[in-house]
Amino acid sequence: MMIVARLLMALLLVLPVTARADGLRGTGNLGLVIERATGSVVIVDTTARQAIGHVEGLGDLSHASVVFSPDQRYAYVFGRDGGLTKVDLLTASIAKRIVQAGNSIGGAISDDGELIAVSNYEPGGVRVFDAGTLEPVANIPAVGENGKPSKALGLVDLPGRRFAWALYDAGEIWIADLSAPQAPVVTKLTGVGKLPYDGNVTPDGRHYLAGLFGEDGVVHVDTWQSPLKAERILNGYGRGEEALPVYKMPHLEGWAAVGDKLLLPAVGHHELIAVDLHSFAEAGRVATYGQPVFAVARPDGRYVWVNFAHPLNDTIDIVDTQTLKVIRRFSPGPAVLHMEFTPRGNEVWVSVRDADRVDVYDAATFAKKAEIPAQKPSGIFFTARATRIGQ
Amino acid sequence: MASASAGGAAPDAAKLTNLVRQDCGSCHGLTLKGGLGKPLTADHLRTWSRDQLVNIILDGVPGTPMPPWRPLISEADARWIAERLQQGNLP
Repeated sequence: MMIVARLLMALLLVLPVTARADGLRGTGNLGLVIERATGSVVIVDTTARQAIGHVEGLGDLSHASVVFSPDQRYAYVFGRDGGLTKVDLLTASIAKRIVQAGNSIGGAISDDGELIAVSNYEPGGVRVFDAGTLEPVANIPAVGENGKPSKALGLVDLPGRRFAWALYDAGEIWIADLSAPQAPVVTKLTGVGKLPYDGNVTPDGRHYLAGLFGEDGVVHVDTWQSPLKAERILNGYGRGEEALPVYKMPHLEGWAAVGDKLLLPAVGHHELIAVDLHSFAEAGRVATYGQPVFAVARPDGRYVWVNFAHPLNDTIDIVDTQTLKVIRRFSPGPAVLHMEFTPRGNEVWVSVRDADRVDVYDAATFAKKAEIPAQKPSGIFFTARATRIGQ
Repeated sequence: MASASAGGAAPDAAKLTNLVRQDCGSCHGLTLKGGLGKPLTADHLRTWSRDQLVNIILDGVPGTPMPPWRPLISEADARWIAERLQQGNLP
């Protein structure tokens, strides 16, 4: 043992004294930025605030999302064209890539890190793969109660090797237990509402919510209850006001869970709706600059950063979660698409698509600290997501 | 540079191309092969008349997420977009 250690030490000493000459580094401060137009990703170091790698050949990333392996070395990138690409952050290379469907919308990784699930529009349904090899494990077509195929979306992981998703056309929510992946046990909640457009689960993995596009309301499933049932909340939140045109669908991914409240984008209204996390009743509104797309909480829950749909997408509102008031409104540049906080919330990274740039802001002073060039950047994903439920 | 929304002005190809690829692309895909919204490929649009498409772009499709773009672009812009899509020659 001693000899081996001495040999290793000797070896290290003869290597050139450059940064990381040993080739070792952790991945806890790494992340990935989607370059949507070129089908590529930039690997970033959040401590150095720099790009450290570039990976091409990921297909159509016009709508892309990412989950991470438990060891935070691999990123699984879900592309629009059904591509599922496993990217090695340490070597900045593609470890494995498959095209698993014709048109897809997002994915999730099981709590044990062994299964990757992808929600697809074409063919509608969820396909499940081995996280190591990307070999197929299960296929769950989204055929609604009406017998018709449906787009599957709003896919998240739940504790207990489960996944939840919604059926857009059929208006259903399905929760699947993949403890035995060859024989998934699927609970189907039917007739939950018109056109669920996205879904997400609270950070504790308990409450699944799906937003409805076809009516004013949200569907709530408390996954601790048995049998599972879907309940409508926030019914008629538009209160009969004429809905405004929605030029980009809001996302519930990254919704803001702060203390005892959840802040959700309203559909067709320029506001966030605060939901009480105990009663699931409305707990207030926040008037915003435009149709919110993402409402992302600083990890300590003090502020929520909000971006907006086209054509008001050059602006960010910062909401104080104690007063539910916008305390700052500023314009980072043309087409602000996404915001991601560093794990402890000291900084926030903002993609400014039409400026071909990612900006890094101090999350306390709101001062800009760095700009990182990227081609048509959209989603920003940091490896700390690996530790969170429902990411 | 002409604004994409200026009534009567000649369509601004670069601006409209960016709009279609990037913003329409959120739902219809950057490659226009579809997503939550239908494909916008020439093949898929063959059965529609030019005027029908112009109307859909300007006034949306009620009951679906397709919004009316009339507040943001002119009729000439919408016609330019419909033409490019049907001819399959969006830059």
